[in-house]
Amino acid sequence: MLETTIGQPTLTAIIFFFLFVAATLYITYWAAKRTRTTAEFYAAGRSITGFQNGLALAGDYMSAASFLGIAGLVALKGYDGLIYSVGFLVGWPIVMFLIAEQLRNLGKYTFADVVAYRLKQRPIRTAAATGALITVLLYLIAQMVGAGSLIKLLFGLPYEIAVVIVGALMIAYVLFGGMLATTWVQIIKAVLLLGGATILVFLILIKFGFNYVDLFSTVTDKYGEKMLQPGGLVKNPIDTISLGIALMFGTAGLPHILMRFYTVPDAKEARKSVFYATGFIGYFYILTFTIGFGAAALVGHEIISKIDKGGNMAAPLLAEALGGEIFLGFLAAVAFATILAVVAGLTLAGASAVSHDIYVGVIRRGKADEKQEVRAAKIATLVLGVLAILLGIAFKGQNVAFMVGLAFAIAASANFPALLMSIFWKKFTTQGAICSIYSGLALSVILIILSPTVWVDILKNPQPIFPLKSPAIVSFFAAFIVGIVVSLLTREKEAEEKFEAEKIRSYIGIGAE
Amino acid sequence: MKEKILKSPEFRAIVRSKNAISIFLTVVELFIYFGFILLLAYGKELLNQKIYGPITAGIPIGIGVIVLSWILTGIYVTWANKSYDDNVAKVREKLGGE
Repeated sequence: MLETTIGQPTLTAIIFFFLFVAATLYITYWAAKRTRTTAEFYAAGRSITGFQNGLALAGDYMSAASFLGIAGLVALKGYDGLIYSVGFLVGWPIVMFLIAEQLRNLGKYTFADVVAYRLKQRPIRTAAATGALITVLLYLIAQMVGAGSLIKLLFGLPYEIAVVIVGALMIAYVLFGGMLATTWVQIIKAVLLLGGATILVFLILIKFGFNYVDLFSTVTDKYGEKMLQPGGLVKNPIDTISLGIALMFGTAGLPHILMRFYTVPDAKEARKSVFYATGFIGYFYILTFTIGFGAAALVGHEIISKIDKGGNMAAPLLAEALGGEIFLGFLAAVAFATILAVVAGLTLAGASAVSHDIYVGVIRRGKADEKQEVRAAKIATLVLGVLAILLGIAFKGQNVAFMVGLAFAIAASANFPALLMSIFWKKFTTQGAICSIYSGLALSVILIILSPTVWVDILKNPQPIFPLKSPAIVSFFAAFIVGIVVSLLTREKEAEEKFEAEKIRSYIGIGAE
Repeated sequence: MKEKILKSPEFRAIVRSKNAISIFLTVVELFIYFGFILLLAYGKELLNQKIYGPITAGIPIGIGVIVLSWILTGIYVTWANKSYDDNVAKVREKLGGE
């Protein structure tokens, strides 16, 4: 079983990869003819159905890290992998209950539209776009570095070339096909990923006569009962709660996720799309749990950690063991598609913060025509895409795992509190929003630098200054407290008066775009 | 027009019912998830208990958090598609707002 074609560009992998690239580039060509106005570029002309958007949201959210990474974590550590998946799912109900419909009714293209709805446009857009852009950049760097290493492991391509290919394709999708192409890349990826994982689970279960008890017994016989028990992941309960806050409320503050709600025609479709997305993502995490155990039982820890210490190749190794080279090639191409769909969504969200919020909202004071704005958005896409490639190469070999955690912490502390208070709280003021966003942002960044993950693991100091790995338990609540206190100290009559009118649009959708 | 909508008892009922169900379901979700974390921290004996063959109680509980979260979104959609949308349509029709 030590014979593996992982790490070599096999013919099947190359064929599947080119099929995917050809299909997505054709879609981009098709979408480009339908992408002229701002509503088309940022929001696919609001033509996506709830079901399609549910798939696209799942495609936007399920990263290669959550497929290869979580399957590997389950394979090596067992139950702890499940704890991780649970954290990534529980934010979705929050998105549904508190954010999705109001966001759809009140905004146009970005979540800053909602925060700025009845407050002073320019300072709010600057602050909200800063939060959005930093979240997107951190997430993007982590994805690019992950893409380079994973593709190197899977196909044996040099890291830099992998990053450039990913970057070039992602720029092509977004630049020419806008949200329409991005959406369909995400839908195709979600279908491929869910389909591939389902087949893999089916192949595992055939081996065990569709009996989970047999599967689990094989693993516990080999590696002990600790595989089915929570292990080292939860050492410090406060830290786990802090991470939980970041994951739960961070999901509801991720710009690339929030942006997707503008692609559907109305609030009803927005709400339906969250239901579908939560179902698909939950189903996927249950599949990866089974895949992890299948890999532990059928491939074994020794081979998995020999190929990659972090266990990232557990699922591909299992695919090869059960479905041969052809299935491995298919799954490797799916992993590639997975990366592309996520980075395309991120690039579009980042570009919209630059063009819609900063350029049109702040610099042009809201006065720009359709043509100018689309042009600005395309330039922003290109700049951001090239920047992502350069940063991806610059961070080669660096420990970037903390960046996703930081992105979620900032989304939970800078983006989410301001968004929630602007929707639900009448007395929220411009000053309150600005102070809340910047304090959530600053605290997340400063505390993570002082935390064990950066201060000790990366900067090699002996003792952390801030004891927790995740800053959210401090930064999340601080952002709310600062927002509330400053708002109460700086009353804004105009904003309060507009709140009642906003309610009509927010709750029954009259005047929604 | 706006005044008329805002003052109408139907509109107020819509706002009240939506906020009530949103907050209720959010609190339920928070209880489920942070309850799970507290169980991981302080209830390891319970999670490690074997319930069927090698399967520990932790497995159905962990999977249960995922499934329950999805069911909660289903409850919200069902409620909103039935009662909320109807009431919104009624208010829009009655007040002639489009």
